[in-house]
This record gives sequence, structure tokens and C-alpha cells, in this order.
Amino acid sequence: MSELWSGITQAFWLIVTLNADLVEITLLSLRVTLSALGIACLISLPWAALITVRRFRFRRILIAILNALMGLPPVVVGLIVYVLLSRAGPFGVLGLLFTPTAMIIAQVLIIVPLITSIAHQSLRDLWVEYHDMLISMNTTQWQRVKTLLWDSRRALLTASLAGFGRGIGEVGAIMIVGGNIDHATRVLTTAIALETGRGDFALALGLGFILIALAIAVNLAIHGLSHTEREGRW
Amino acid sequence: MKRSIIKWTTLTIATLMFSIFGAIGARADMLRMAVTTSFHNSGLAEILLPEIKKDTGIEVQLLVVGTGQAIRLGKAGDVDAILVHARAAEEAFVAAGFGTHRREIMYNDFIIVGPASDPADVAGAKSITEAMQKISAARPKFVSRGDDSGTHKKEMSLWQAAGISPEGDWYAPVGAGMGAALNTASGLDAYILSDRASWLNFGNKGDLAILYQSDAGLFNQYAYLPVNPAKHPHVKTGLAMRLEDWLTSERAKELIDGYRLHGEQLFTFNAK
Repeated sequence: MSELWSGITQAFWLIVTLNADLVEITLLSLRVTLSALGIACLISLPWAALITVRRFRFRRILIAILNALMGLPPVVVGLIVYVLLSRAGPFGVLGLLFTPTAMIIAQVLIIVPLITSIAHQSLRDLWVEYHDMLISMNTTQWQRVKTLLWDSRRALLTASLAGFGRGIGEVGAIMIVGGNIDHATRVLTTAIALETGRGDFALALGLGFILIALAIAVNLAIHGLSHTEREGRW
Repeated sequence: MKRSIIKWTTLTIATLMFSIFGAIGARADMLRMAVTTSFHNSGLAEILLPEIKKDTGIEVQLLVVGTGQAIRLGKAGDVDAILVHARAAEEAFVAAGFGTHRREIMYNDFIIVGPASDPADVAGAKSITEAMQKISAARPKFVSRGDDSGTHKKEMSLWQAAGISPEGDWYAPVGAGMGAALNTASGLDAYILSDRASWLNFGNKGDLAILYQSDAGLFNQYAYLPVNPAKHPHVKTGLAMRLEDWLTSERAKELIDGYRLHGEQLFTFNAK
């Protein structure tokens, strides 16, 4: 119990004094996960809409696979990315291993199935409503995709926030492909793992509280920017 | 529709490229070195790295892993040099042509840590071999790293020297780093072999205490091995050589011998 309390005090002092290392790893956490989220959304959302409006042969299998991949263990993704990016691997010449880029790639792979699946669920519900109208208006497929994406933007926001949540709290993959290098690839989650390993539970907990606060702040900021959860709106 | 798809794809690729090339390029004087958890947990790295940067201009990026994984990273060419402590594995690494040579830098020692009540009476042992035999006879909980690290290799060689093959309920290989293994031992009130540096710097000691130490059999030599550019042309041999010169210099001797943790000297410089 005393460790919980001293974790809270440590978190408080780290924030109040704007500890330079803390600022650095927090910014890197944000940079990695927000970049991964941006790229993942650009890939996921159009795909989710296409899967919704198009009927093709392996559609059901594809949806089943996407749903299954939502639970992909990050450590496996990390290992795969590691093997691919290692100097001995096919993309070794790029020299990307142990860089923030490698961490972004791993996180994109982890959150794309999650965002695609959640987005597809809500787009499908909307498509049931819009189907007859959009067909009768003789719209092109791209127009249907655009309409669906725009009209379910609130639900898609939830899907991306779920992706953000999975990315920011993830440690298994980025530990392997990033290497937790001080001043280069250390982020909040890997720093927490490191401090736990040193037996400094108070500092680890303090960083944990900061991580939670950060996730809440980002969620609030996105809601604020997109004017959701306000009076008179849904 | 086609045009929109092309636009979208371009945007995705552009974002990806931006984030990729934003990371490459910079840091010409950056060298990656895989080191053991024990070296890093001691806190010595935080003393040496800024000095290295100041004296040589080299920015050393540390990958803190077990010796087994460090050697793997060196074999794959993912790091430019390794600093580890498992002589047999190091010599095999050089013999197979993955490293150019092996240079001894410094040493510290291992200790047997266990519950202060010492149910196996390890503190009364006359040699490390006897200590290991006492543990296997009394069968208290014993936590092993079990991760192919230098400490794990050392522990296995100690069991072997004592003529014991450890197995059973009492023996718990956790497959984790030194800190995580110490956490487990602390939670189970178990015996464990640790390097002195990690132990002194460990914050969650609980009821554990040092029970056996200062035996010639517990000597722990650290060595520096640059990765062979003949196997991996991209490794920064020039920087690795400059780093080696620094690590074996008088300046390094002063810092390594002078490093104290809770009033104890942790490492002894012995580069020749």
C-alpha cells in the first residue's frame, strides 16, 4: 500500500518539476502511438468501408480473420517485425531495427485489425439503414464508402481511440523491436518494465499513473476537438 | 473512384515514408552496443556513457539484454559491439568469426542471496561447491534466471561443478532478467545467484540477504567484443575501436574503480 502512495507522490513530483527524462519518454510514447494510429486509420477505415459495401468471395473469411487478429499477442508481432528488420532479415539493409520507426511499424500491425474490426461493425449497422437509399440513388462505390465513413464518424472515432488505447499501453512488441534504448527508443511502457526489473516499484507505479493520465488527456482532447459528448449532440 | 484510391494510397505511403525517413540519417557518431542486464542495473552505464560522449563524441546506444541474446544480436549484426560475461560463449563467438577479438575490461563477482533465516545453512559453507550442495540437499526454493544469460550460464556451471542436476519443485527457472528474477525470489523467499551490482541496486529486497560471497569460483569477468565487419560490412568498426580504446584507458580505469554504490566498490578494472 505504501508503494502505491509513494508512486502517486513520485508521479506528482515528476510532473510538477517537468523532469527532462520523463518529458522525453512521454513525447516519444505519444509520437510513436499517434503516428501508428494515423497510419493505421488511413489503412483501416477505407478497408472497413470497402468490406462493408462490397461483396466478394473471401469476405466472410477476411472478417473472421480480422476479428481473430484483434487479439494478436503484441510479443508475436514484435518478434515477426524483429526478424524482418534484423540485419540478417529481408529488410535488414534499411537499418530500421531499434529505431522509433520500427516501433511504429509494429504498432500499426497491432492496431490495424482492431480498428478495422470495430469500424466494420458500426459501418455494417449503418449500411443496413443506408443500403436501399444509396443503391436507388445509383451512387458509385466510392460515394457509398465516403457517405458511410462520414456519417458514422463518431463510431469511427471510438474505433480509433480503442486503437490508441491498445498502442499506448503496449509493451511486448516495442520492447523487442525498439530495444528500450535510453534517449532513443525508451517509452513509458518500457520504462515501467525497466523500473519494475530494478525493483523500484514506486517509480514504476508513478510512470504508470502518468501513462493513465496521458491516455485520459488524449481522449479528452480528441473529444474536445471533435465536439462529441457535448450537450445536444451524440 | 480509381483516382480517389490512388490519392488515398499515396497519402498512406507518404505518411509511412515520412515516419521512416524521419528516423534515418541523423546520428553519424552513434554506436549500438548490447550489454548485460547486470552491467546496466549496476548504474555504471549512467556514469560511463556521458563521459564517453564527452571524451570521444560517440553516442553509445545500449541494448540491455541477457548475454545469450546479446550474442545473438551480435551474430545478426544488429549491434556494433557487445559487452558480456560468459567466457565460453564469447570465445565461441570469436572462433566462429562473428567478433574480431575479445578484450577483457573489468570484473565483479556473483553472490548467493537467500532468506535471512538461511534454512539451508549456506552461510556456513566453506566453498561455493559446498554451498550449492547444501542448497540441493535442503531443497529450499531456488530461483534460476533460466534465460541463457551470463548469470544463468554461471549458475549452471556451479551446479555442474557440485555434481548436481537441479530439478524438482524447489527449482524455479523464471526465464527473466536479473531484476525480474530477484523480484520473484523476493516474493518466494527463495535462494538465487545474483551479480553483486544488481543486488546492491535492487530496491525490493524484502527478507533477502547476502548469504555467501567472496569465493574465487564466483569471479565474474566482463569482456568487450566488436562485431566482425567481414561478416557484417555495415557495422561501425571505426567507432567500435575508438570505444575500445576509451574503455581500456586510464580515464575508464579511474571511473570504473571509483564507482561506489552504498559505499561499496562494484567493479574492478583489469584491461591489459
